[in-house]
Amino acid sequence: MFIRNFLATIGRYCLLMYRVFAVPDRWRMTLRQTLLEMENLGLNSLGIIIIISLFMGAIMTIQIKLDMDNPLLPAYTTGLATRDTLLLEFSSTIMCLILAGKVGSNIASEIGTMRITEQIDALEIMGVNSANYLIWPKIVAFVIMMPFMVIVSMTLGLLGGYAVGLSSDIITVAEYQEGIQFSFMSYYVFYSIVKSMVFGFIIASVSAYYGYYAYGGALDVGKASTNAVVNSSVFVLLSDIVLTNFMLA
Amino acid sequence: MIDLQDVHKSFDGVEILKGITTRFFPGKTNLIIGQSGSGKTVLMKSLIGLHRINKGKILYDGRNLPRMRFKQLRNLRREMGMLFQGSALFDFMSVLENVMYPLEMFSSMTRKEMEDRARYCLGRVNLPERSFALHPSEISGGMQKRAAIARAIVLNPRYLFCDEPNSGLDPVSSLVIDRLIKSITEEYNITTIVNTHDMNSVMEIGDNIVFIKKGYATWQGSRQELFTSENQDLNEFIFASGLFKDLKKAHVVLHPELYPSSQTGAMPSDAV
Repeated sequence: MFIRNFLATIGRYCLLMYRVFAVPDRWRMTLRQTLLEMENLGLNSLGIIIIISLFMGAIMTIQIKLDMDNPLLPAYTTGLATRDTLLLEFSSTIMCLILAGKVGSNIASEIGTMRITEQIDALEIMGVNSANYLIWPKIVAFVIMMPFMVIVSMTLGLLGGYAVGLSSDIITVAEYQEGIQFSFMSYYVFYSIVKSMVFGFIIASVSAYYGYYAYGGALDVGKASTNAVVNSSVFVLLSDIVLTNFMLA
Repeated sequence: MIDLQDVHKSFDGVEILKGITTRFFPGKTNLIIGQSGSGKTVLMKSLIGLHRINKGKILYDGRNLPRMRFKQLRNLRREMGMLFQGSALFDFMSVLENVMYPLEMFSSMTRKEMEDRARYCLGRVNLPERSFALHPSEISGGMQKRAAIARAIVLNPRYLFCDEPNSGLDPVSSLVIDRLIKSITEEYNITTIVNTHDMNSVMEIGDNIVFIKKGYATWQGSRQELFTSENQDLNEFIFASGLFKDLKKAHVVLHPELYPSSQTGAMPSDAV
């Protein structure tokens, strides 16, 4: 029964994506929606990204320094570990899990509410491909905005650690700077950006799926929103394993 | 004209529509009436292709909807307008943008022409100009319905569907909406189908009425013929309204020759 339901869900998701990626009825309208979604899903998420990245960068630096305070370890270890953690996992995966909560629930509840108030039916009756009109701009906008958000997160995370060096004597600025520059691999940034774009697609499309097939009332939209966040988070983690194996191993 | 031939629809093995055969005429307000749960909404959604029927034909001027491919169905839908029970106006657009939306999607008009056309349609449904820039949540239920009618007619549809157009409205607003639907239907020669259980609407605009009971179309006729019907189920349904009880009593008294089988016709025993 579980397998049957799972396969049915995958099938419905694929059919929905087939409709989503049809040629838009009016490119002008779709592009206008995409710009609006870039602001709604991307720019409006910058606040949370800035706060979390700045603080997590600072906290990571302090904790790593305190845990690795060993004369046998080189002084640059703290900066190096902070940088690699930020570049490899935090700014892409953890940030996406946080965004799955914010953006995922936003998408699912918005589309779910449109479904239960018959706005999606109204689009269909007009002859509009509702999946394409509503979901395509969200997916494209979020995937486009992800690299920028990841770069902002990386930069601010590193600045958070730098602020620790400036404002306390836990670590010196010179040690930290040496660490974040030591053995730098630009491929990690590329890897992180690719991952974040895949995660962006997963979050937007899975959340849209749960919203699009919501039915019932407000309570059901809430359930759809919860399912969207939980399932997109799980799929982000699963794809993280696959991508890490594929791109780093 | 829309022809339904032996339309069946089931959900999870439960048959909701059990072989409905009927006809809806252009230039007339065609009403689907029946109790809650009788299958009216399923019939309406099947008519517009939101539900896929299990058996039968739905012919739009000879074009069979269930047999249509996705693109054909989308083209047909561009000939349809629909007024939903909850209006279904887009929350994120103003009233004017809502009405302009179908034009933006499907017409090659300039922005100015689209705006003029939308303003004309909003004027046609008597919406005050000050409401054009407001969002749907900022206007009353009656105004929302009128805006939804304006959106439904903006592309000059051949078929207009109205699902419970009076639900949630006071009697005066209901009357305004009913008359608006009727006048638009006649003015543009649209095949209008209204799904309702409001007997006041039936009397106000019912040119062609189809009565649905437990998934069957058990009676069809005009509002005048309602009074002389000997259909037991229909009489039970209309007699639930006190107004109709009185009206039919008066009709029986005034026209006893129309009730040959008995003085009560097929009415419930307590009717007269």
